Amino acid sequence: MAKRDRLSGNEAIAIALRQINPDVFPAFPITPSTEIPQYFASFVANGQVDTEFIPVESEHSSMSAAIGASAAGARSLTATSSCGLAYMWEELYIAASNRLPLALALVNRALSGPININCDHSDSMGARDAGWIQIYAENNQEAYDNMVQAYRISEHKDVRLPVMICQDGFITSHAVENMELLEDGEVKEFVGEYEPENYLLNPECPMAVGPYSITDYYMEAKRNQAEGMKHVEKVVLEVAEEFAGISGRKYGLFEAYRMEDAEYAVVMIGSAAGTTKDAVDQLREQGEKVGLLKIRLYRPFPAEAVAKALTGVKAVAVMDRAEGYTNHGGPLGADVMSALYRARSQALAVNYIYGLGGRDVRVEDMEGVFDVLKQIAADGDAGETYRYLGIRE
Amino acid sequence: MSNLTEIRWHGRGGQGAKTAALLLADVAFQTGKYVQGFPEYGPERMGAPITAYNRISDTQIRVHSNIYDPQYVVVVDESLLEAVDVTSGLKKEGAILINTARPREEIIPHLKGYEGKVCTIDAHKVSMATMGRYFPNTPLLAAIVKVAGIMDEETFLREMRASFSHKFASKPEVIDGNMAALKMALEEVR
Repeated sequence: MAKRDRLSGNEAIAIALRQINPDVFPAFPITPSTEIPQYFASFVANGQVDTEFIPVESEHSSMSAAIGASAAGARSLTATSSCGLAYMWEELYIAASNRLPLALALVNRALSGPININCDHSDSMGARDAGWIQIYAENNQEAYDNMVQAYRISEHKDVRLPVMICQDGFITSHAVENMELLEDGEVKEFVGEYEPENYLLNPECPMAVGPYSITDYYMEAKRNQAEGMKHVEKVVLEVAEEFAGISGRKYGLFEAYRMEDAEYAVVMIGSAAGTTKDAVDQLREQGEKVGLLKIRLYRPFPAEAVAKALTGVKAVAVMDRAEGYTNHGGPLGADVMSALYRARSQALAVNYIYGLGGRDVRVEDMEGVFDVLKQIAADGDAGETYRYLGIRE
Repeated sequence: MSNLTEIRWHGRGGQGAKTAALLLADVAFQTGKYVQGFPEYGPERMGAPITAYNRISDTQIRVHSNIYDPQYVVVVDESLLEAVDVTSGLKKEGAILINTARPREEIIPHLKGYEGKVCTIDAHKVSMATMGRYFPNTPLLAAIVKVAGIMDEETFLREMRASFSHKFASKPEVIDGNMAALKMALEEVR
C-alpha cells in the first residue's frame, strides 16, 4: 500500500536507501548532497538499517571504499555533488572497468569556478564517458523511484556496471514536494538480495580485481565494458515495467510528453522539464503543436529511440544545463543531433545552454524557446544553432 | 491553475524563513493539498538575505522555477524593506505580511506604492511572550496562514500540534510554547 508523504529530494533518496538497506555506505559531505548521508547516518544510529556506514576524509576515499566493498561482494554506494564528483574522477573509471555494480546518489551542482553551490549538470556531464549508467529525475518522486530501481539495473548479469542516480541540486534536493512512498517490504522484495557471481571474499574462487592490463588485453577489456552498456536499455525497460507493477508509475528511457503530433519539440534533462510541461500545456491550449522529450536514461544514450520519438518534428531545441566548450553546444545537443543525423532526420535543430549555476528557468522562458522553434521552421533555417537562454550580453 | 497560491518569504540567514516555508508546506500537505516549499540560497552565512517559496495547489505542481508574481509576501526582518525589493511582482489582490512593532502607517511608505493589503505582526513580542526567545518564524507561520486563508484556524492548530509533537519528540517542553505562539499570533496579526 503506497504511503502519501511530502519530502525533500534528499530525504526521498535517504528513505529509498533505508528501504534498500545496502551493505556499505562510505560518505564525505558536500552541499547539496550532504543531507543524504546525514539522514542515513540517523537510520544507522537508530538501528533501522544494518549498513556499514563509513565516514571518510574525502570523496576520493568514499568512492574508493565503495569500490573496495563492491569488489569484496557487498552492495555499496556513496553520495556526492559537484567538486566531490570531480575528486572521484579516477575511481569512477575504476568502478566501471571492474564491472562493479555500485550506486552513486548524485545531487547535481555546478563545478567551480566561479564558486557556486547551485544546480547545473556540469558535474555529471563531465563524467558521462566514465562508463557509468546515468539516470536523471525531474522531481522528488522520480529521484526516489530511480533509486529503488538502480540496483536492479546495475546488478543485472547482462549489465554489471555502476549507476549514477542524478537529481537537481536544491531545486529538487531541498524542495519539499508531495510523493508516494512504497512500503518497506515492497522495496525489499523488489530490489532483492545481491548475489555477486565473482567477488574477492569468495574462498571458492580466488581472484584479483583491478590488475594491470597489458596492451594486448586492454582494448578487449574496454570492449567488454561497452558490451555491458549495450544491454542497459533493455534492462532499464524490463525493470521499469516490473516497477510499474508495484507502484503504478510508468518509466521508460525517456518521457515523451504530448509528442504524438508535435511539430516543435524541446529535449531536456531534469527539473526544468516540469516547468516545460506547463509551457507545453499553455501553448497546446492555444492550438500550438508542441511537445517535450525528457531524457531519463542519458548513459547509455538511447539514440535510436530518441530519433524515432522526434520523427515528424519540424524543429527541435536541445537544452543543455552544462557547457561543452566545443563552440557549437553542449553534450546533450551533440548526442541528440548525432542521433537525428543517423536517422536521416529533416528536423531543424538548435542547442541551448541554460540554467548554469542555478540560473532560474521560467515557464515564459520555455514558451520563448517554442516561439523560436516556430520561427525557425517558418524560415526553413535554424540560423545560429549554438545559443544561450536568458543570458545578459 | 486558478487554485494555486504562491507565497514568497524574505528573511535573513538564521531566522528560519526556510523552516517556516517547509512547515507551511507540511501543514498544507496535511489538509490534502499539493505543496512545494523550497529555499533560494545566496551566500551561505548568517544574516545574508535569503528567499524561500511556497506553492499550494489542489492539483499537481510541476513547475520548478522561483516565484516572481506571488499573491503573498512575508517579510521576516523589516530591515529587508530597504535592502530587498520585497513587493516585486506582488499581486495587488494579495497581501504583504511584515514582522514589525511599528504601525502599518509607518511601513506603507517603504513599500514602493504597493496597492494591496498590508498586514503586520510583532513576532518579537509574540515570541518573547510565549517562548521566551526570539523565533520569528513560528508567529509568522500562523499569521500568514490567517492572512492568506490557507485553512481554518482549528485545523491549523490541530495539525501543528501533531507536527510539533513529531518534530520536538526529544524536547516536548517546547511544544506548548510554540503552540501558544501560534495562537497568540492568530490574535495579534493586524
